[in-house]
Amino acid sequence: MLHVKGLRKTFGDKVVLDDVDLDVAAGEVVCLIGASGSGKSTLLRCLDLLEQADDGDVWLGDTELTDPALDVDAARRRIGVVFQAYNLFPHLSVLRNVTLGQRKVLGRGRRESEARALELLDRVGLADRASAHPDALSGGQQQRVALVRAVAMDPELLLLDEVTSALDPMLVAEVLQVVRDLAASGQTIVMATHEMDFCREVADRVVFLADGRIVEQGPPEQMFTAPADERTRAFLARHLPAAG
Amino acid sequence: MTSAPHVPSARQAERDAFRRRRTRRRVLAGVLSTVVVLGGLTAAVVTSPGWDRVRATYFDAGHARESFPLVRDAFWLNIRMFLLVEVLVLVVAVLVAVVRVVPAPFMTPFKILATIYTDLFRSVPTILVVLLVGFGFPALGLAGMPTSLFWLGAIALTLSYGAYVAEVVRAGILSVHPTQWASGRALGMSYGATLRHVVLPQALRRVTPPLVNDFVSLQKDTALLSTIGLVEGLRAASVYQAETFNFTSLCVAALFFVVTTVFVTRITDWFMIRQMRREAGA
Amino acid sequence: MTAMTSLPRSLGGLVAASALLLATACAPADEESDTASSGDASAACSVDSLPTVEKGTFTIATDDPAYEPWFSDNDPANGKGFESAVAYAVADRLGFGKDEVVWTKVPFNTAYQPGDKAFDVDVNQISITDERKQAVDFSAPYYEAAQAIIVLEDSEFADAKSLADLADAQLGAQIGTTSLKAIGQIEGAKQPRVYDDTTKAAEALRNGQVDGIVADLPSAFYLTAAEIDGSVIAGQFQVEGDATEAFGLLLEKGSKLTSCVDDAVESLREDGTLADLEQTWLAESANAPVLK
Repeated sequence: MLHVKGLRKTFGDKVVLDDVDLDVAAGEVVCLIGASGSGKSTLLRCLDLLEQADDGDVWLGDTELTDPALDVDAARRRIGVVFQAYNLFPHLSVLRNVTLGQRKVLGRGRRESEARALELLDRVGLADRASAHPDALSGGQQQRVALVRAVAMDPELLLLDEVTSALDPMLVAEVLQVVRDLAASGQTIVMATHEMDFCREVADRVVFLADGRIVEQGPPEQMFTAPADERTRAFLARHLPAAG
Repeated sequence: MTSAPHVPSARQAERDAFRRRRTRRRVLAGVLSTVVVLGGLTAAVVTSPGWDRVRATYFDAGHARESFPLVRDAFWLNIRMFLLVEVLVLVVAVLVAVVRVVPAPFMTPFKILATIYTDLFRSVPTILVVLLVGFGFPALGLAGMPTSLFWLGAIALTLSYGAYVAEVVRAGILSVHPTQWASGRALGMSYGATLRHVVLPQALRRVTPPLVNDFVSLQKDTALLSTIGLVEGLRAASVYQAETFNFTSLCVAALFFVVTTVFVTRITDWFMIRQMRREAGA
Repeated sequence: MTAMTSLPRSLGGLVAASALLLATACAPADEESDTASSGDASAACSVDSLPTVEKGTFTIATDDPAYEPWFSDNDPANGKGFESAVAYAVADRLGFGKDEVVWTKVPFNTAYQPGDKAFDVDVNQISITDERKQAVDFSAPYYEAAQAIIVLEDSEFADAKSLADLADAQLGAQIGTTSLKAIGQIEGAKQPRVYDDTTKAAEALRNGQVDGIVADLPSAFYLTAAEIDGSVIAGQFQVEGDATEAFGLLLEKGSKLTSCVDDAVESLREDGTLADLEQTWLAESANAPVLK
């Protein structure tokens, strides 16, 4: 359903993405791994049209996202994004954070959007905090709300950009549990992450990036136990001391 | 499970006693310095050689009683005026600020106009705007131009303060973190919807203190409308003063301005604290 | 040719006149102190004994140009206009015939400066104030300023016959003036608009923001003639009670003529002459009917 071909992105002289090809099937969970600055986040931002690629094609189903005449808002409706820093709207309650997009973008009624929000919040164990404001929540709770907010839009594709990086280790688990449940429910997910154990457990495919290029990709077992490329091995040796 | 009440250690009892003594000393020092400073100031004023004349000229009870109803009735106009203008100013300011920040190309002429508007009306003294609008607009003789002095005054103050507040609101919009824009857009909301539902509410909340400042200033400047013939509180006081050669009525008018300012400030403080509490989840 | 010669000639005339004025102004000052000490004022109020600037003539000053309706055709000597008429009436009371009155020109602003004067009296709409009394003498007032209502000539109030006709009018006046208080005396009048100065009040009248502005009659003559195109005086009325602006004949400080002139003005007031002249020149011919 997602088809990326020859994607290139530069910031000034620096090439951040170089000839990236990636295909994601419906229901697939793809983990992007790689050192900081390897281009994981930029790739996700290009997919969500927050960055404009310098070259290459991105297709979501039958829609070319790199078409300059694209209806950007309509395309974004089909893609959900959760960022590293939980960017909830601080002036709205948890419930209204989750209903705002549903009502303004999808045109759902108040009753319907609230029912959907409460159902999802209940699933992540936050139904009782629906009326709280984001600042009153812990980081892990906020990130769970952010996930719910994205999922409430029923996106075809969910992009997760290091959703646990800003969290205390104690809080990482509760967020990953939510992602795990989403993956199990058949949600198509592309996520950049440093949580190798989680990748191994949940991902259908792991993609390793270095210096803006996809170095190698494959099922987690193969990637983690028998990486082909030297750079992959070196990276995993640093991040998987137990497996190293 | 009941436990025996905790008996503080001897050292802790000493600490507590020390703290109590220190608190008492601090309260005493506060009271003493207040009495000395405020008492001293009052004494200095009251014992000054001209005090009797000042009191008779500025603080005469008889004149205060006599002018109070005149000023009060006229001040009603100030209140109606600033309540109306504050709403109008907010509308104008948000419109102008939004026009200045949106990137849409077709807005270019409006952006130019908005920039000229803020530059112009922030630099021209308010009293001139009042005179030009109050006397100049009707002189144009355009059809549909309001002739009511009240509305002309409201337009003048809105033009002047709209320019100030537009800049405050614009600063507020620019101060909202870019990730908030990104979050809104990422949800599929249009630029306008993101602005309206995500950015503006945060911006306005953030600029409330400077906004209140401008509104207090506006409340005082309703007195400028006397120059175009409106008899508002200060003008009513001046009329009384010109007839009696006593300035007490002006102090009565000042009192009305002070009371409204304090009232509005406390209300906003209360509102903001409530808002902050709610957002902090306390 | 004529243009070239006229300038030096008029200059020469001016110098000569100035010298003459200076001489006459200084000379009698010493003599006067002698005459003054002799006997009471009323006895001294005859043409022969009056210590006028020029013996046997009564020298009256006013500004140039002399405005309507106080004067007529810029000619004070024609006896037309209120102040010209008053001046001749006063001269008459003092025993000067019309041909014994001499007019001289003195700018308004210099008239009430301290110092010797080259005239016996100055009549020039000069208000009596305490400050001016420090520098000059004033006779009893020959005119107490009435209040006038100025409206645009196409206004529905232009034809007001009485104050009651103005009850529905939105009136305005300058702050701190008798005029503002005067509006309060109009029964049923709306609360007035109050302006910082007459210029702003005039602008409001032009804009239709007020139906009429109230000013003292002398100001009203000036405003309608010079300031506000298309305006007329709907009428005038006297304010009750409060001291209003009053015009007096101005004399040199300590002038021996003051008491005689005073008596003359008082007698004109008592026998109704002043009221008649006012009616003739400030109401009828000035088109400013008195409203009751």
